[in-house]
Amino acid sequence: MSAPSDTAADRAAEPAIPAIVVESLVKRYPHRPTNAVDGISFTVAYGEVFGLLGPNGAGKSTTIGVLTTRVRPTAGHVWVAGVNALRRPVDAKRWIAVVPQANNLDRSLTARQNLLFHAAYHGIGGRQAAQRADSLLRQFGLEDRAADRVDRYSGGMAQRLMIARALMHEPRVLFLDEPTTGLDPQARLFVWDQLRRLNAHGLSLVLTTHDMREAEELCHRVAIVDHGRMLALGSPDELKRMAPGENTLSLAVRLDSAQTGAQPEGLLARLRELPGITGAEREDAVASAEGGTAGPPRGQASPPAPEADPGRVVFRLYGEGDPLLVGAAARVVSDAGFDLVDIRRGRVTLEDVFIHLTGRGLR
Amino acid sequence: MTAASPVPARNLRWAALTALFRRDIVVTGRELWAFLAQVLLQPLATLFIFGRVLPGIGMASPQYARILMPGILVLTIVLTALQSTAMPLVIDFGWTKEIEDRLLAPLPVAWVALEKVLFAAARGMVAGAMMIGLGIVVVGAHSVSLTAANLGAVAAYAVLAALVGGSVGLTLGTLVQPQQLNMMFALILTPMLFTGCTQYPWASLNHLRWFQLLTLLNPITYASEGMRAVMMPGLNHLNAVYVLPALGAAIAGFGWIGMRGFARRAVG
Ligand SMILES: Nc1ncnc2c1ncn2[C@@H]1O[C@H](COP(=O)(O)OP(=O)(O)O)[C@@H](O)[C@H]1O
Ligand SMILES: [Mg+2]
Repeated sequence: MSAPSDTAADRAAEPAIPAIVVESLVKRYPHRPTNAVDGISFTVAYGEVFGLLGPNGAGKSTTIGVLTTRVRPTAGHVWVAGVNALRRPVDAKRWIAVVPQANNLDRSLTARQNLLFHAAYHGIGGRQAAQRADSLLRQFGLEDRAADRVDRYSGGMAQRLMIARALMHEPRVLFLDEPTTGLDPQARLFVWDQLRRLNAHGLSLVLTTHDMREAEELCHRVAIVDHGRMLALGSPDELKRMAPGENTLSLAVRLDSAQTGAQPEGLLARLRELPGITGAEREDAVASAEGGTAGPPRGQASPPAPEADPGRVVFRLYGEGDPLLVGAAARVVSDAGFDLVDIRRGRVTLEDVFIHLTGRGLR
Repeated sequence: MTAASPVPARNLRWAALTALFRRDIVVTGRELWAFLAQVLLQPLATLFIFGRVLPGIGMASPQYARILMPGILVLTIVLTALQSTAMPLVIDFGWTKEIEDRLLAPLPVAWVALEKVLFAAARGMVAGAMMIGLGIVVVGAHSVSLTAANLGAVAAYAVLAALVGGSVGLTLGTLVQPQQLNMMFALILTPMLFTGCTQYPWASLNHLRWFQLLTLLNPITYASEGMRAVMMPGLNHLNAVYVLPALGAAIAGFGWIGMRGFARRAVG
C-alpha cells in the first residue's frame, strides 16, 4: 500500500487518510532473544474501533507504546493522524490520547486538577478547560469526588478519570490498553457504554484486550496477535467464520475405569463422523501447551488452573446450522468406553478462533 | 472531535513547558511546610551545634560559625535540588508512572527533564534563601557575611550549586531503582555530605593530603569553596580558575548523563 506522507500538500490531496498506519513494525527489547513485536502491519480508519486481541505477552502494549511515541521501534513505520510518529513525535502527541494499562494519575493532585493540568500540558487553559473538566467529570460520574486526591480513588473511578483526562484535549485517536482489565462487571459495562458513546461521536479508538467478549462487543475490526505476530484481521463476524463451524460442542470425558483398551484418538475419529460435524479438535493437548513469552498477568489474579486430572480429555466439535446433537454425541462417548463428565453447547467465539489458530486459550 | 488545537505548534511547546512548571509549583505549594522542614532541619541543626553550641562551650573557635555558614548554605541548596529531581524521578519511573502524562504532552521529552532540573534548582534557591534567614537568627548577622557588595556573587554561586544538585539528581533519579533508594542515601548522599568541604575549608586539609584529594571528586567541594571565597575573602581558597570550570563540568557532565538516562527511561 502507499503510505500517506506527512506533508500538508499530500494530506489535502488525499482527504481520506487513515487515523493510523502501521507498516512492518518490529520491536526487540534489549537483551531479549525474540521480538516483542514481530512485523505487524495494519491501518485504522477514522471513526473506527480497532482492537488488538491476544494473550499476555503477545506484544499489544508494545505496539500501543510505539504508536503513542513511548517505545522506539527496531524497524517499521508509523503514521498517526497523518503525522510520522517516529520522526515527529511531538506533533503526533497533539492528536492522540492514551489510557494506559496501569493507573498513572498524578497522585499529588485532585481529580479535577488532573484534568486541568492535562489540558494545560496541551495548551488549553482558562474557562475552556474548566468547563470541559466539569462536563467530563459529570459525564463520568465523578463530580462528587472532583476535589478528592486521586490516591483515594477506587480502580473503577481511576479508570473513568483516566478516560476523562484523555478526552480533555479533544484527541483524534484514543488508545486504551486493556481498558477494563481488573474492573468489576458493573464498572466494565459503564466503560463499554462510554466508549461506544465516544465512538458514536466520531472518536477513533484503538484498544487492546485479552478478553474476546470485549473485542466482540466493542470493535469494528479485530487483529488477533500472538508472539508479536498478527494471525488474523477482520470484523468479529469475519474472524468467527475462520472457525470450522458456527456452533460448538465441548465434551469433557474420562476413560471409563472398566474399559482399558479405549483410545481418545479413536473417539475423536468417531465424533468427527457424526452428522453435521464440520470439525473436531482435542483441546486438552493444546490448552496445556506452553505460552512461552507470556509473563504473569498484571493487576489481576491468574485464572484457576485446570484440575490436574490425567484421565480427563476435552473434545471440541464444530458444526453448521442446527444446534449440534447432544444426545448423539453423548452416545458415541459412552459406546467408545468413556464417561461423559461435562458437556457445553455454544456459538463460536473469538476465543474459539484463537484456539483454532494457535492451539491455545487466550489466558 | 477534530477541533484543531487553538495554539500553534511552536507556542504549544512553551505552553506545555509553562504548565509543567505550574504543576510543580502547585504541588510544592501544597506541601510547603513539609518540604521546608525536610530540607532545612538537618542543616539548621548542624549550624546550631557547630556554629553556636560548640563555640559557646569553648570547643570551637567563635570564628567557626562564619566558616561554616557558606558551606551549610551550599549544602542546603545542593541537597535540596538533588532530592527534588532524584526522589520524584525514582518513584515516578520505578513505581507510580505519574510522569507518563507529562511525557505525552506535546513537547520533546528532554524538555520534561529540563523542567525537572530547573524547578529543582529553584527549590534549592528557595531553601538557600530560607537558610540565610535562619542563619541570621541562629548564629547572628555578623557570622553570615552577606553584604551588598557580595550579594551578586553569592547569588551566582547559589545558582551554580542549585544546578549541580539538580543535574546530579537527574542522573541518580534515572539510574537508581526504587528498591535502591535507601542504598542511595547511605552510599551516595552521606559521603557527599561530608566530603564537600562544607564544614572545613579545602586549604585546611593540606596536612591530610589523601582526604584533600578525595574531596576534589565531590562537586559540592567546588561550590563550597567558591561560596566561601566570596563570603570570606580573607581565607585561603581553591582558586576560582579551578572552581568555575569544575562547576561547569559537573553541571554539563551530570546533566548530559542524566538527560540520556531520562531519555532511556522515558522512551523504551
Ligand atoms: N520494557 C521491556 N523490556 C523488556 N521486555 C519487555 C518490556 N516490555 C515488554 N517486554 C516483553 O515483550 C513482550 C510483549 O510484551 P507486551 O507488549 O507487554 O505484551 P502484552 O501487552 O500483549 O501483554 C513480552 O515478552 C514482554 O515480556
Ligand atoms: Mg499489555
